[in-house]
Amino acid sequence: MAMAWIWTIMVLVSLVFGVINGTIDAVGTAALEGAKSAVTLCLGIGGAICLWSGIMEVMRCSGLVAGLTRFLRHPLTALFPTAAKKPGALDALSLNVSANFLGLGNAATPAGIRAATLLKGEAQWANDDLCTLVVLNTASIQLIPATVCAVRAAAGAKNAFDILPAVWVTSILSVAAGLLTARFLRRIWRH
Amino acid sequence: MSFGIIVPLIIAGTAAVALMRKTDVYSSLTSGIGDGLRVVLRIFPALVALLSAYAMLRASGALDALTHALSPVFAFLGVPPEMAGLVLIRPLSGSGALAVGSDLINTHGPDSMIGRASAIMLGSTETTFYTIAVYFGAAKIKRTRYAIPAALTAEFIGIVAACAITKLLFY
Repeated sequence: MAMAWIWTIMVLVSLVFGVINGTIDAVGTAALEGAKSAVTLCLGIGGAICLWSGIMEVMRCSGLVAGLTRFLRHPLTALFPTAAKKPGALDALSLNVSANFLGLGNAATPAGIRAATLLKGEAQWANDDLCTLVVLNTASIQLIPATVCAVRAAAGAKNAFDILPAVWVTSILSVAAGLLTARFLRRIWRH
Repeated sequence: MSFGIIVPLIIAGTAAVALMRKTDVYSSLTSGIGDGLRVVLRIFPALVALLSAYAMLRASGALDALTHALSPVFAFLGVPPEMAGLVLIRPLSGSGALAVGSDLINTHGPDSMIGRASAIMLGSTETTFYTIAVYFGAAKIKRTRYAIPAALTAEFIGIVAACAITKLLFY
């Protein structure tokens, strides 16, 4: 329902500002222009999204994703101390993280939900590992943000991928900030 | 930049490793491309809806008013005020952020400061509130404790760092 509110507020504010500013004629035209630019955008980035999705499928079928998932199991026990004691939780977690890393949103979310359910146990409140999982998933760590690179390519960027190092550094800073905040808050935020 | 090798290396490396492991590379590739088409079709309705509403906001002058009102805060954080709309929609809607971000990238140019900072922000942050709702909703968590403040800190640092690093690396 949140999107219903956001969209309605956007168009209502446009109406009010259009009337006050005398820009209402332009507002009507802009609605149609915006719709048109969505088609241009989809045509511009559609091919790249498809291609990248194809590469991801090759990674999945050849066992590369499974390899990364196995590789991540050990380091993840440091972040999720209780996961090892809960059967299946560590597998779901490492699949979630490796799928996110490779940009496989369709595989990451079900694995993340499975991990969340397994980590939760019987409680109705979020334990520390569950909060860590949410922080990891809200601060995306992604090797190649394919969609946004496709937008840059469609807009005529000289090198659509020259933002990659900056994306990695930003992601790492953002995840680190989230994890540190979680670490600090867990001491004062008892359940 | 020598980083240009990364993507070709990933594509060729994936294909070579997959072939060595006796995967039918080409049929996996084309079947994945078909899945990609479904992804595009799934985001298309949201992009039409949100780009229309966003274009209306901009044409009405409301976006300028918002940019103007928030510019002292944004200037303090080192974030260009033109990115106000993107910063506000980023934690709420993934398609909305893609719509607003691609508009900024197209308007200011992909190699401009704002275009680059928007792209880096889109690539390194997530739809925080949506993700929290999905995970805690599925796990039937009632008390989320510190998850929301911690996730929003990550988002905030991601936004500020995206702009700082863009300036540092490119300008």
